[in-house]
Amino acid sequence: MSENKKEEIIKVNHITKRYDDNSVLEDFSLSVYEGEVVVIVGPSGCGKSTILRIMNGLEPIQKGEVTYRGEKVDGKLGSITRIREKVGMVFQSYELFPHKTILQNVMLAPVLVQKRDKKEVKEEALQLLARVGLAEKKDSYPRQLSGGQKQRVAIVRALCMHPEVLLFDEVTAALDPEMVREVLEVILSLAKEGKTMVIVTHEMAFAEAIADRVIFLDAGQIEEEGTAEEFFRHPKSERAKQFLNSFTYEKK
Amino acid sequence: MNWEVIGSYLPLYWKAMLLTLRIGWIGIVFAILLGVLCAIVRFYKIPVLSQLAGVYIEVFRNTPLLVQLFFLYFALPKIGIPIRADFCGALGLALLGGAYMAETFRSGLESVAGIQTESALSLGMNKSQVVTHIIFPQAFARSVPSFVANIIFLLKETSVFSAISLMDLMFTAKDLIGLYYKTTECLTLLVVFYALILIPVSVLGDRLERRVRHAEFGD
Ligand SMILES: Nc1ncnc2c1ncn2[C@@H]1O[C@H](COP(=O)(O)OP(=O)(O)OP(=O)(O)O)[C@@H](O)[C@H]1O
Ligand SMILES: [Mg+2]
Repeated sequence: MSENKKEEIIKVNHITKRYDDNSVLEDFSLSVYEGEVVVIVGPSGCGKSTILRIMNGLEPIQKGEVTYRGEKVDGKLGSITRIREKVGMVFQSYELFPHKTILQNVMLAPVLVQKRDKKEVKEEALQLLARVGLAEKKDSYPRQLSGGQKQRVAIVRALCMHPEVLLFDEVTAALDPEMVREVLEVILSLAKEGKTMVIVTHEMAFAEAIADRVIFLDAGQIEEEGTAEEFFRHPKSERAKQFLNSFTYEKK
Repeated sequence: MNWEVIGSYLPLYWKAMLLTLRIGWIGIVFAILLGVLCAIVRFYKIPVLSQLAGVYIEVFRNTPLLVQLFFLYFALPKIGIPIRADFCGALGLALLGGAYMAETFRSGLESVAGIQTESALSLGMNKSQVVTHIIFPQAFARSVPSFVANIIFLLKETSVFSAISLMDLMFTAKDLIGLYYKTTECLTLLVVFYALILIPVSVLGDRLERRVRHAEFGD
């Protein structure tokens, strides 16, 4: 595949992840290449969130190694903050900072962590907010925004750090249906720009539209992997077929 | 009611109120510092210190201030640590208040932590940046109502200072009643002066509460 020529950005290499005695991932490997959109789908509890959290060092692992451009990703190492600047994450529950305005939410980390010039960051933040249609909300507080608006701010907040990879963990799962589209469209536009992304989602139509590569996960194993076309049109495994069938009423 | 008597007592009450305020203010400031410190130690489960803080909080929350003051004022000198009455009052108040403030602030910290921390970490912040910019401001905002309630509680508690012969409001009232038997006037003044201390605190507390909670809760 053409991906192999591209540079490997995140490499999850034969890792084992357990919570106490409960083994979630066993000898699991996955690489993310520059410019690709990897979509991870699978039934609830199969370990999708865990994988994303491991990719930016939020979750310790018991065996194996995760690297970002060859550098070890480990929540306990001092280098982790530098890596996290480059690996942005957006959460299902938005997690905006409620005591800060929208603009402050977006500006905080670039100024505090990256020590960038305030004026320059502000300009960029306003541009990004305008891009997602929220320029006029800059002085509002998160509580004054709808779920969809909050999630768009969360994406902008991650973008303002100039990350190389973005991790999305079911970012529309908490939203009312009519707000899902406004958020997904922002993510689709990022894909068009060639941003590298790892997306966990239950929105199958969206997954099909955006994915360069689909990973179907079941019980902590990669059950099937392929292009969007391959996975959604011609699933090979029984499990994948079953899984996709469970969504069909949504598509009709 | 004899207004002339009241007029002549006013300066004494005024002086007593200043004493109550002076000791109360120092005690409360240290109570907050001590409380925040203990809350952090407990929240981050720092070994040994966390257990010590736990014991301290249990002991001081479960004994009356009067007993604590007696202990500090009468027992400490016996083991060679003499202590001034006003210092003792402030210390007692700080220790009692610290125990209450600690629990208040800890529950504030607990209600914020978790995924807010993760979201801040994922933006590349280090632990101390997360604490100072994300956890603390929110925990503090959430704790303000209980902080204010604690402060009012502590100011009321100062009425036992008279037991270690500090000439506070209570002492002054009791003393004057004992000397001149003007009970009604003395007690009326006592109520008025306590209200004079506590109502402004309550009003200011309300304001502060609304101010710090504005961002998050909008009320
Ligand atoms: N903090 C934790 N402690 C113990 N077990 C956990 C913890 N977090 C997750 N797990 C377990 O790990 C497994 C994988 O969880 P994970 O959250 O990665 O699943 P998921 O695929 O994201 O599911 P969903 O689609 O419901 O979000 C689950 O069985 C879950 O019970
Ligand atoms: Mg999940």
